[in-house]
Amino acid sequence: MPSLDDLKKRIKSVKSTQKITKAMKMVAAAKLRKAQESAEKGRPYSQKMQNIILNLTKSINDPQNAPKLLVGTGEDKKYLCVVLTADRGLCGGFNSNICKLAKTNFKKILGEGKELNIITVGSKGHDQIKREYGKYVIKKFSFKDKKNISFNEADEVGKEVISLFNQNKFDKCIIFYNNFKNVITQIPQAQQIIPAETKNLKESNGENFSYEFEPEEDEILEDLLPKNISTQVFKALLENAASEQGSRMTAMDNATRNAGDLVDKLTIDYNRSRQASITKELIEIISGAESL
Amino acid sequence: MSDKFIVEIISPDQTILKQETNEVIIPSFEGQMGILNNHIPLITFLRPGIVTIKAEVEKKYYLEEGTVEFSNNNLLILTSTAKDLDHLDKSKINELLRKAEANLNTQSTDKERYVASYKLETLKEISQ
Repeated sequence: MPSLDDLKKRIKSVKSTQKITKAMKMVAAAKLRKAQESAEKGRPYSQKMQNIILNLTKSINDPQNAPKLLVGTGEDKKYLCVVLTADRGLCGGFNSNICKLAKTNFKKILGEGKELNIITVGSKGHDQIKREYGKYVIKKFSFKDKKNISFNEADEVGKEVISLFNQNKFDKCIIFYNNFKNVITQIPQAQQIIPAETKNLKESNGENFSYEFEPEEDEILEDLLPKNISTQVFKALLENAASEQGSRMTAMDNATRNAGDLVDKLTIDYNRSRQASITKELIEIISGAESL
Repeated sequence: MSDKFIVEIISPDQTILKQETNEVIIPSFEGQMGILNNHIPLITFLRPGIVTIKAEVEKKYYLEEGTVEFSNNNLLILTSTAKDLDHLDKSKINELLRKAEANLNTQSTDKERYVASYKLETLKEISQ
């Protein structure tokens, strides 16, 4: 049985932990609103970009000569995986969920005897992945010192991906990130960005325009496709930022509640042992008086 | 039938503008292009220049690149560099201008030189 003093100390320490988690929850909630807003504002751009590419793709008659970024190299041997995570911890399963998904994919890729390269964005993901797959990591990005994620950061990653593609370092590129659904639900996702996934494209509405292109459509595609890569990365970064804050908020909310429960339990223990010691003293006094 | 259509300017982090308009002039890659309603569906991309939106109040935006799609009387401009001319101050323009001037001679391909020279020209025009 811990002594009264020990219990008192524990109660105090749990209470101060609770204060910290509560503050973190509040900060996360404030940041979440902003991050969510920018994620939502960013959605139209990437959607419309996809739409234009879809419309362009429809009008390509000769897939042999289409840009490689769109149709791929025609091979399926080398993979590039871009894992997007946060730079900070204490946000529940946020980072682990992405890494878990990424690792199952890595295993599958390696199991099929294919070549694997990894780029990590965010230091937490890098820490988790380097333990098992350290030798496959070719580059890591970290935007720790950036307060808000802007398009420039995404562009940096996008350009790296494209330059690797041009050097024939990979055939397929997959990005891993958390999709922000709502505050409590974030869904880890794997999205293939090179070659552009065409199965989603076919599902969209069948409106078909005969577009006028100026200049030629391959020139437009050449301009647009690299931009699209950066845009997809940017979208993923924004979704990730919102997810991170949402995840942290729920995690910290739970932690605060758990700390509250713990304090309640410890207080009961404390009171009980205080009562016990008082009773014990009383018994000692009474029995001492009786024996006189 | 109304002779208006909807124009949207969208950047990666926000929707900059969405409104009805009568006419939009865009700096398409191969030259200025005026767009009225019921234009044929069109996809093109932009060189540095000024987008003019003619509605009751005329609005001008400076941009360095972008992609344009017109379909169903909906004009969509996707760009990450659009700046409202009314809110762009002189010092910023001059700074861009200096950078553009320094850049002009470092371009290696014809295409890059073409873009850079338009950038310079547009900026000069604005700064006056």
